[in-house]
Amino acid sequence: MIKTKFNYDYYLRKNTLPHIWCPGCGDGIILKALLRAIHKCGYSKDEVVITSGIGCASRLPGYVDFNTIHTTHGRALTFAIGMKMYKPKLKVITISGDGDALAIGGNHFIHAARRNIDITLIVFNNYTYGMTGGQYSPTQPLDSFATTTPFGSIEPPFDVCNLAQAAGATWVGRSTSYHAVQLEKFIVDALNHTGFSVLDVITNCHISYGRRNKMKSPVDMIKYQKEKAVPARSAENMSPEELIGRFKTGVLFEAKDKPEFCGEYHKKLELLKTK
Amino acid sequence: MSKNIKLMQGNEAIAEGAVIAGCDFFAGYPITPSSEVSEFLSSRLPKMGKAFLQMEDEIAAMGAILGAALGGAKAITATSGPGMSLKQENIGYASMCEIPCVIVNVMRGGPSTGLPTLPAQGDVMQAKWGTHGDHAIIAITPSSVNESLYETIRAFNLAIKYRTPVVILTDEIIGHMREKVVIPDKSEVEVIDVKLPDVPPEKYNPYNYTSGKVTPLAPMGEGYRYHVTGLIHGETGFPSQKTDVIQNAQNWLIDKIYKNIKDIEKFEEFQTDDADILIVAYGSTSRSARQAISMARAAGIKVGMFRPITIWPFPEEQISNLSKKIKKVLVVEMNMGQVILEVQRAACGSKIYGLHIVNGEPITPDNIFAKIKEVSEN
Repeated sequence: MIKTKFNYDYYLRKNTLPHIWCPGCGDGIILKALLRAIHKCGYSKDEVVITSGIGCASRLPGYVDFNTIHTTHGRALTFAIGMKMYKPKLKVITISGDGDALAIGGNHFIHAARRNIDITLIVFNNYTYGMTGGQYSPTQPLDSFATTTPFGSIEPPFDVCNLAQAAGATWVGRSTSYHAVQLEKFIVDALNHTGFSVLDVITNCHISYGRRNKMKSPVDMIKYQKEKAVPARSAENMSPEELIGRFKTGVLFEAKDKPEFCGEYHKKLELLKTK
Repeated sequence: MSKNIKLMQGNEAIAEGAVIAGCDFFAGYPITPSSEVSEFLSSRLPKMGKAFLQMEDEIAAMGAILGAALGGAKAITATSGPGMSLKQENIGYASMCEIPCVIVNVMRGGPSTGLPTLPAQGDVMQAKWGTHGDHAIIAITPSSVNESLYETIRAFNLAIKYRTPVVILTDEIIGHMREKVVIPDKSEVEVIDVKLPDVPPEKYNPYNYTSGKVTPLAPMGEGYRYHVTGLIHGETGFPSQKTDVIQNAQNWLIDKIYKNIKDIEKFEEFQTDDADILIVAYGSTSRSARQAISMARAAGIKVGMFRPITIWPFPEEQISNLSKKIKKVLVVEMNMGQVILEVQRAACGSKIYGLHIVNGEPITPDNIFAKIKEVSEN
């Protein structure tokens, strides 16, 4: 356990800065919340492994002083699973964008959830492929615009949290880059959970998404996050019509009785030893 | 001590070789004719306290072995044609990030779903060029069950020594046939282990493009914190777009293999001393060629064989030297003409003939003998 005073510099690889993110991007807010959360959990830098895929969010590992793996597009969870299975004592975190986690990486997402392997996945959900110029993603709201939906999207979006829960994840939550304090708390909760935890973080890409959807500035998009977020408890008293265009925040699902994958594997190994 | 001799299937011999090499991680996805490798390891590895995973697809299996290898595991996956195609992007990642791993491709007929499960040797060029971009790779083509075991051990050693993916390019015939295997004791074979770097963490760079030496890959979680990325990176591991860094990185990926070709190459010469015709064949096809050579010699035609065991990097120098004294070269392979292209380059002073039969059946000694007669009379 580290009991030192928190200091961002201790966790940043300052020689790799400045980062590639656009001014006003929400990704930096999530990065800072992640560092505060890791500090609160008391992990040493040597025991943390962060894997990521491809995209803006996936550049995060390069900036932070842990064991970091910037993998191939959509495959961050597969590397994380290999690492966790081989070295279960390490704390493995995966950073992924909405396209990375749910389009090209969708198969790995559901299977990691099904296994309930002890990995924390943080989805930086900005409804778009920011790095490639704003094409539509699997979480982009219906009727919104992207460089590849110039006439409005007709594809129903995934709800990251519903999908994670249905596939078998045992801790599921949502926050936003506006709710920075809540975000930090949820990352701590997700990291402390044993099993597959998925935190959907609504973040802003005003450059690629907002600009085409009447939210040109970071402020517009942060207001969107503030106004459209509905705490899960409040949502219980709202009609489906009232919830259209809004999203629930909070710890949306938690199960403690489903066995964790590496633990189960280890139990089998122990059983084999006695045979 | 009496020798440990067993009757074994080729795929089982690969699994056995992996165990002897100290393999501690397998991830795969079922595909014929390679599935027995994973079936055997699904029983062997857990009994040794090691990790076995069946992933959701071949892409995931390749990602998982690389994740484990970055943790310091000796990791292997096994597949066949379509699965090999799916693994290609992450094989490129392994080349770029210099992550040791072993990939078994038990070749079947292709392209696409092709011929499950009939033999072919159509993935030779894919083993070298399957992933995008400039890189080098090591690929090994065993031609017997016994050789499958020993070459798997060598594959792990080469992967760690040169920090590279190594492909075991076997075929359906070798994978599924049963033969005698002499199982070695661990003390009888060379096994290279994963090591910590010999410098302290603060002095460690995960890459070294200039000294000519391959830096050990520090297992993650042991105090050596570093960054791994598929972007072109400098010696510290962080991405770079500087022209000199890019060129150094590209040169290194090729040089570390080709400048060490003497250590990596392995081949067999069979009755080449007095030969008038040289057969070049590998894998299961070389077995038919051996029989055809006896038939030819009985008929008074002097034929020999060069059999690459390490097929990538290609043994250009040996073939070039042989072609100086043997003026007719016959390449026999179960594809429409792949290794023959390399032979044409290396043996440009000789007349090159090809026997390429791809019909789902092995190339028989009779097929080859008939072609030898044709070449001899030509």
